[in-house]
Amino acid sequence: MSDVQQIGDARSTMLGQIRAALRDVPPTERPEDVPVARDYQQHSTAAREAIIEQFIEFTVDYKAIVHRVREAELAHEIALICQARKLSRLIVPDDLPEAWLAEIKERAEIDTRADSRTDPLSNENLDASDGVLTGCALAIAQTGTIILDSGAYQGRRAITLVPDYHLCVVFTDQIVGIVPEAIRALHPTIVQERRPLTFISGPSATSDIELNRVEGVHGPRTLEVIVVERDPAATS
Amino acid sequence: MSTVYIPMLSFTDAAKTALADTQLRRNLGKATQTIRTKRAEVVHEMEDWQGLREAGRAIKERTLRHLDHYLLELEQSVQRAGGHVHWARDAAEACQIVTRLVQQHGTSEVVKVKSMTTEEIGLNEALAEAQITAFETDLAELIIQLANEKSSHILVPAIHKNRSEIREIFLDNLAPEHVAGLTDVPADLARAARSHLRQKFLSAKVAISGANFAVAETGTVCVVESEGNGRMCLTLPPVLISVMGIEKLIPTWQDFEVFMQLLPRSSTGERMNPYTTFWTGVAASDGPQEFHLVLLDNGRINTLADEIGRQALNCIRCSACLNICPVYERTGGHAYNSVYPGPIGAILTPQLVGTEHAASLPFASSLCGACYEVCPVKINIPEVLVHLRAKVVRQHQKERRVHTYEYQEGVVMKALSYIFSNRRRYEAAQRLARIGQLPFVHGGKIDALPGKLAGWTTVRDLRPVPQQSFRDWWRKRQAQGGSTAEGVRS
Repeated sequence: MSDVQQIGDARSTMLGQIRAALRDVPPTERPEDVPVARDYQQHSTAAREAIIEQFIEFTVDYKAIVHRVREAELAHEIALICQARKLSRLIVPDDLPEAWLAEIKERAEIDTRADSRTDPLSNENLDASDGVLTGCALAIAQTGTIILDSGAYQGRRAITLVPDYHLCVVFTDQIVGIVPEAIRALHPTIVQERRPLTFISGPSATSDIELNRVEGVHGPRTLEVIVVERDPAATS
Repeated sequence: MSTVYIPMLSFTDAAKTALADTQLRRNLGKATQTIRTKRAEVVHEMEDWQGLREAGRAIKERTLRHLDHYLLELEQSVQRAGGHVHWARDAAEACQIVTRLVQQHGTSEVVKVKSMTTEEIGLNEALAEAQITAFETDLAELIIQLANEKSSHILVPAIHKNRSEIREIFLDNLAPEHVAGLTDVPADLARAARSHLRQKFLSAKVAISGANFAVAETGTVCVVESEGNGRMCLTLPPVLISVMGIEKLIPTWQDFEVFMQLLPRSSTGERMNPYTTFWTGVAASDGPQEFHLVLLDNGRINTLADEIGRQALNCIRCSACLNICPVYERTGGHAYNSVYPGPIGAILTPQLVGTEHAASLPFASSLCGACYEVCPVKINIPEVLVHLRAKVVRQHQKERRVHTYEYQEGVVMKALSYIFSNRRRYEAAQRLARIGQLPFVHGGKIDALPGKLAGWTTVRDLRPVPQQSFRDWWRKRQAQGGSTAEGVRS
């Protein structure tokens, strides 16, 4: 029997058996006839500032390091952090705003490498870097989660995964209150653009050894976040 | 061939071995208690928890009642997004499909994300037969694989190993450069695992994963994890093969707003797990450029056919029922002799492999109901347990397997129901019992019954049948003309 036949057989057998197994379901019943009550919170009722504070609190709770600055101070903050961490090779997505790197470039201590989909760095190159700097798509306060959707300022997934250090810029207007708000906001990305998504809540961790939490296994062992208040005059 | 994990020992026999292992009991006690407390804290944060549970249950019910419809929709969505879909009726077929795909890419090494489904079908063993080495990349799975053992907990499979045992396993099995100066500090052990696996991640051609969810509407598949080994496997190798039980479907993208709240809190007791990856087919120049989704039956359709047992397929593998279960807490996972241990395993395994192959599992419970209360998708585990017990007993009666406990209990219950359904027979039995029990009553209680009944009194005392029953007293009272005071005094 050829493979194609076998797969065809398995598919039709399984579908036939499923229909037989569901003989108690009336043939006229449509999926939407099975009621699903969405009797849970759909929108956050918290005030803006409270949402931002909760995001910071819960992100710190999951062992990330969080800074909060105004947009005008962003380039300076990035330079300070890189200096404090003694980063010398920093990966950035190629669409990262020049302004973010202005001060780093002035100091010329750090070699920034731009990664792009058309000219991707090798895994070995990423592995040999000291860290990566990106933006994000969204963040969720209720869970301390940063969401990457491979969109603007984020690059492809490998660059935020292989380096041992991730510095992530989150604008306050990217923070939503609760999970359903984030899922709703991501709908177009998923349905129309089919972009891959990564939810990040703190650095990688394991509790596999006697349930002791250890930060950092395979992903970046350090996650540092800069929460940025957008400056209406200096919108990037 | 259907599965590789049919219990060889009955639960009761396997539990005896587990109960004698004090190290295991200590580890388990600490682990389950810690996770229980964490879960309770983060669930308590959610005012709408019950609403979320009900929505989770209802979404799963809708999916299961229309599984054929949603599977076809998923197939279409995945194909539209550039993925390939395969259908596998049983473990052998699924292993065949995966092995062939790996061979087509001419590689003899694959990296794997922790997946219960691939463990269920014995994929690593099947790959090994084809000279393909599967590297488990989850820390606990790595420990288990190196120790050549089986997992004992859905979520923390190496829960039965302590740090010094893990250090020994690493020293014995990992290359010297990864374990030089290795101590038994957990962070140090994690570093050894990171170093050991890094090169594998960077160079692997094929990755194999399971799937926590797949969305029919969009074809999006999701893996929920903590360590980043999932992201590594799902992002770096050019080819990705995911094996998924057909019940892991959810209808729409929106449904994640329910499950991404229910799963992390119920599972690890976190508001959100560190990493979740969602992918929809293949993405240009980002991640794997070839994606295969294997849809697995392997007993699930049999489970679907049982209207009461069906709800076991709601399970999102959070393991909250394991951590709350007083039986699991003491026996651990190995006593269940199945990939799926604990209360959910006690209802899932017998349905996947047939009750005749796992007849003791539905009895591995005190029916206390704690598992139902914590289940994020409201699987009524006690209801299914009782239903399956009845099935086991009926089966043994049908096959006249007279030597089995279940058969004998059935006979006793039948006899009791005959006696209890008639006043004369009932009273005659009481009179007999009053005489019959005499040798066993000591100090007003029965503490050791003979023969087959001894099981009852090994852990509890039995009250003897009283010398005067209520009916006797009532009849006497009526005969004497009835005085309330008299009645109260006696």
